[in-house]
Amino acid sequence: MRLMEVSVKEYFHSVNLDKDKCRGCTNCIKRCPTEAIRVRKSKAQIINERCIDCGECIRVCPHHAKTAISDSLDMINEFKYKVVVPAPSLYGQFDKKYSRNNILNALRLIGFDYVYEVARAAEIVSEATRQLLKNPNIKKPMISAACPSVVRLIQVRFPSLIENIVKLESPMEVAAKIAKNEVHEKYKIAMEDIGVFFISPCAAKVTSVKSPYEKQKSYVDGVISIKDIYIKLLSALSKVDDSSKLALAGLEGIDWANAGGESGALETYNVLAVDGIHNVIKIFDEIEEDRLSDIDFVEALSCSGGCLGGPLTIANVFIAKTTLKKHINAASKRDIKNMDKKSYEELVWTSNVEYKPVMKLDQDVSKAMEKLEKLEKIYADLPGLDCGACGAPNCRALAEDIVREIANETDCIFKLRQRIRDLAEEMVDLGGKMPPVMDKDTTE
Amino acid sequence: MSTIKLRYDIPANDFVTAGEASSNVKKKLTQIGVSSDKIKKAAISMYEAEINAVIHGNGGYADVEISSDKVIINIIDYGPGIPDVELAMKAGYSTASDNIREMGFGAGMGLPNIKKYADKLEIFTEVGKGTKIVLTVYFS
Repeated sequence: MRLMEVSVKEYFHSVNLDKDKCRGCTNCIKRCPTEAIRVRKSKAQIINERCIDCGECIRVCPHHAKTAISDSLDMINEFKYKVVVPAPSLYGQFDKKYSRNNILNALRLIGFDYVYEVARAAEIVSEATRQLLKNPNIKKPMISAACPSVVRLIQVRFPSLIENIVKLESPMEVAAKIAKNEVHEKYKIAMEDIGVFFISPCAAKVTSVKSPYEKQKSYVDGVISIKDIYIKLLSALSKVDDSSKLALAGLEGIDWANAGGESGALETYNVLAVDGIHNVIKIFDEIEEDRLSDIDFVEALSCSGGCLGGPLTIANVFIAKTTLKKHINAASKRDIKNMDKKSYEELVWTSNVEYKPVMKLDQDVSKAMEKLEKLEKIYADLPGLDCGACGAPNCRALAEDIVREIANETDCIFKLRQRIRDLAEEMVDLGGKMPPVMDKDTTE
Repeated sequence: MSTIKLRYDIPANDFVTAGEASSNVKKKLTQIGVSSDKIKKAAISMYEAEINAVIHGNGGYADVEISSDKVIINIIDYGPGIPDVELAMKAGYSTASDNIREMGFGAGMGLPNIKKYADKLEIFTEVGKGTKIVLTVYFS
């Protein structure tokens, strides 16, 4: 049993493949930032150890074969008391005419008993971050842990940046913890009867609930994607009763849905906000080589446009930005400066992330050297078209797969063609040969 | 014991490709499994030397030798050479033009940074002929 738990923790991924829909094309393998996908037998295969759940493949797949494992709305019925913690990006999904209060009341209408905005918890995390920024002993630039894909990217590709990660719980976790305790105390309901559900713009958040790196167990009991709940919310919005005042978050918390929102709340100019996983990689290269030493805080988000651009959202990210702006303007600035030191210490992670050396060619250095040498030779001999027809994202990745013994040189169609051509030439050549006893041309 | 030899061209005054060689070496060291702090030392010192060759040295090339215990990086340029090596090693001293400084380079930290991050640094230079920088980072 224990062994099973470990393996689930190790390999759980929320990004999944719908085999019936996958046509084995090369779109996803080319887009994956960690080269974690190969096409085998006309189907994409995800290399679990490398996947960071960024959802780039979900976004790019023209056949919608890449999906996210998330929980269904029915799951809320497993709990006596149902709490919802919506991501701020949810507000950007609907027509501007609906207020934040409309949307939160619509959540109540579709079955939730209690609403706590993640945006409110985001303001608490912002304040805790502001306090950490004042600490002269903290490693700078601090890198936000708000985006779980970015944290996992650091784990597989930027081990030297692990100590730069701001080890504070995410707004989702903070919201879930506060909401659960509030309900427990207010209504005297047993903790195990309270189910907390996060409404998520992305797959990475599902992974961070099912397999958290910052602690043993998440406070969130289920993750429902924005995509899956959208229609229900939309119809509820048309008949919503707006009597309860549920919109309590301030503008800073709502702005977390945007790229630049989290860093904008820090009251310092020495911040850098980067969005889009491929851009994040470039910035991390700069930090790793000490070229951004004048920056105190880096907000790095895997999706272009931030969480509003999440792969499980509905609205176009640019339209959603405009909508969110309206909600931000309608909200007030909340003051939570009086947070005491103890309460922000409660946000600090109780466990840590470790380096996962998935790019290493071999455990043994000299064997890895031999493999790299071989890899270079193979690579120099490949056509360099990076066509992806072999199932690997580029020629270099194929060369790497060959030395890892999970691919062959003839997987390359150009190499295969060359071999066939050589063989054909040899056959023609042999076809021209005649045994001397039968050869009539031979002069005597 | 095997060694991996790599050669990279460093084009003159090309800030777009500048740094590509060092980032390439970084990837290879990661694949071998060199620890991240050593990779950082090699990548930063090589990057600085590469940028020096781009800015001051009219370009040149890099010869990199990776073995299981160290990496030796040779950066060779055909530039003006360094008349006073001791002065060039001083933090903040630079002969970079205003144009270069406007691009965020030329802070006079190139050679001092190489010295700081490399375990061994040798400079061979001749005025009018060029400069060869040999830097070594040990893995253990």
